[in-house]
Amino acid sequence: MSPLDTTKQTKARASNGGATKLKIEGVYKSFGSNHVLNGVDLEIQQGKSLVIIGGSGTGKSVLLKCVLGILNPDKGSIEIDGQETVGLGSKDRDAVMRKFGMLFQGAALFDSLKVWENVAFGLIQGRGMDRRQAHEIAIEKIQAVGLEAGVGELYPAEISGGMQKRVGLARAVAANPEIIFFDEPTTGLDPIMSDVINDLIVKSVKELGATALSITHDMASARKIADHIAMIHEGKIVWHGPVSDLDSSGNEYVDQFIHGRADGPITRRVA
Amino acid sequence: MSAKTDKKAGAGKIPVISSVLDIFEHTGNAILTFFEKVGHLTAFTLRGVMHCFLPPTFFKQLMRQFIDIGYYSLPVVGMTALFTGMVLALQSYTGMTRFNAESAIAGVVVLSVTRELAPVLAGLMVAGRVGAAIAAEIGTMRVTEQIDALTTLSVNPFKYLVAPRIIAGTITLPILVLIGDVIGVFGGYAVAVYKLGFSPGSYMSQTWSILESVDVVSGLVKAAAFGFIVTILGCYHGYHSGRGAQGVGAATTNAVVSASIMILIFNYFITQIFFS
Ligand SMILES: Nc1ncnc2c1ncn2[C@@H]1O[C@H](COP(=O)(O)OP(=O)(O)OP(=O)(O)O)[C@@H](O)[C@H]1O
Ligand SMILES: [Mg+2]
Repeated sequence: MSPLDTTKQTKARASNGGATKLKIEGVYKSFGSNHVLNGVDLEIQQGKSLVIIGGSGTGKSVLLKCVLGILNPDKGSIEIDGQETVGLGSKDRDAVMRKFGMLFQGAALFDSLKVWENVAFGLIQGRGMDRRQAHEIAIEKIQAVGLEAGVGELYPAEISGGMQKRVGLARAVAANPEIIFFDEPTTGLDPIMSDVINDLIVKSVKELGATALSITHDMASARKIADHIAMIHEGKIVWHGPVSDLDSSGNEYVDQFIHGRADGPITRRVA
Repeated sequence: MSAKTDKKAGAGKIPVISSVLDIFEHTGNAILTFFEKVGHLTAFTLRGVMHCFLPPTFFKQLMRQFIDIGYYSLPVVGMTALFTGMVLALQSYTGMTRFNAESAIAGVVVLSVTRELAPVLAGLMVAGRVGAAIAAEIGTMRVTEQIDALTTLSVNPFKYLVAPRIIAGTITLPILVLIGDVIGVFGGYAVAVYKLGFSPGSYMSQTWSILESVDVVSGLVKAAAFGFIVTILGCYHGYHSGRGAQGVGAATTNAVVSASIMILIFNYFITQIFFS
């Protein structure tokens, strides 16, 4: 399939389920002698939601940052809509970035800006939207993540960590991206709020026809938002399958992880 | 091939040679990392300058930086200039009376202030105040992934964070120094007239007769260079800040120290260009 065909198909979004939206092949990344990713292969179909699970420090966030182009993989290929993005020039990279929305693990809100300005940031600064219109959209998105409109006038330092996470989510979806990355969307939220966020993620994917790539440790959340699940261990995908196969995967890494057992193939060096 | 193995075997047998080789290796590595850093900084600077001239410009950010860097530095620079001018008058008086050359005091004050002390001291003060603040702010943004977030929102961090600071620093420091010149000369005048008993009219006419425009202009050129140095090094160290609070702390220290040293070095060379 030529890249031209795929760009046309992205316009059709959800109506066109089969196309490969994101394809990761043989991605390696090391920091000095710390080999974090050792040949990751993954593929996500248009309009689907993939959840990556795996222990702390196994390189989940690093993988997302490689896809986003924030980190450069040492080796490997990352294709979006059939277009290779590793080693892309800054102009083309900008165009690819516009397809993305990202919720950072630590929310990463701009602390010099008000909450609503954070949510509207990509619209105003990135896309040159008029401030008044962007304000309206921002307030709408703030309410959609279960916050009051008044929160928009506060600064990030004045709201709780869980609220910051929700604002980060509102910011990630504000520009209706084609691919949304969620790095631990429910960490630090109470169970009820977690469920609200899960619903919101499901809704974003369904309504926007967006493709979602999420990271989580929260198995309840994973089961709710995922179409597919991939498990990463020691920088490689050790299991990949539909969420319905999770309990019968027959994979000992997956079994140990979903049941949270201390003994099994995944060993932790406790210093 | 054989030469290589020979050398290795020789180094193993004769400890003096091996330690000499060690020294070469260490200095070699140090020189390499030094040039690597210089290259890195040069690339960063070129990229920063390029984004100063390419659209779009973030005017709100630029205004904020003008106020932060320029306006809020006024008290510090003003106080420094005032007391520098005052102490210059006092010191040169005690010196000049030994040669009966009191009339030279006005000249000493105005030339020292405009050519050297106002730009250098303002540069150092701003390095401490602004350079540190820039490195800490951008470093914190790096550590908390705010810089990564900028790129995911299709905003270039160089354009949004670096360019406005460079522009504001390079433009406001000369303005600050010009104000500092006036305050410094006034400080010398005040001490000369009210404490040392000079006549106001003759002090001022001595000042004007010795001052040439190149004295002021060279000082302003220095100021622009120092403003550029402080902001670029603040941005550079913040942008490449290590992880955690410790990383930001180190970035801040490095920004201030490197900017201060660069100011003193560049001060010498700019002086040489103007006055020799
Ligand atoms: N910028 C960086 N520089 C150096 N090392 C890094 C960098 N980013 C991540 N690492 C290292 O990569 C490894 C994986 O980190 P990563 O943040 O991807 O973990 P994670 O799987 O997201 O864990 P968690 O679930 O705790 O968020 C860690 O050992 C970390 O120290
Ligand atoms: Mg992580």
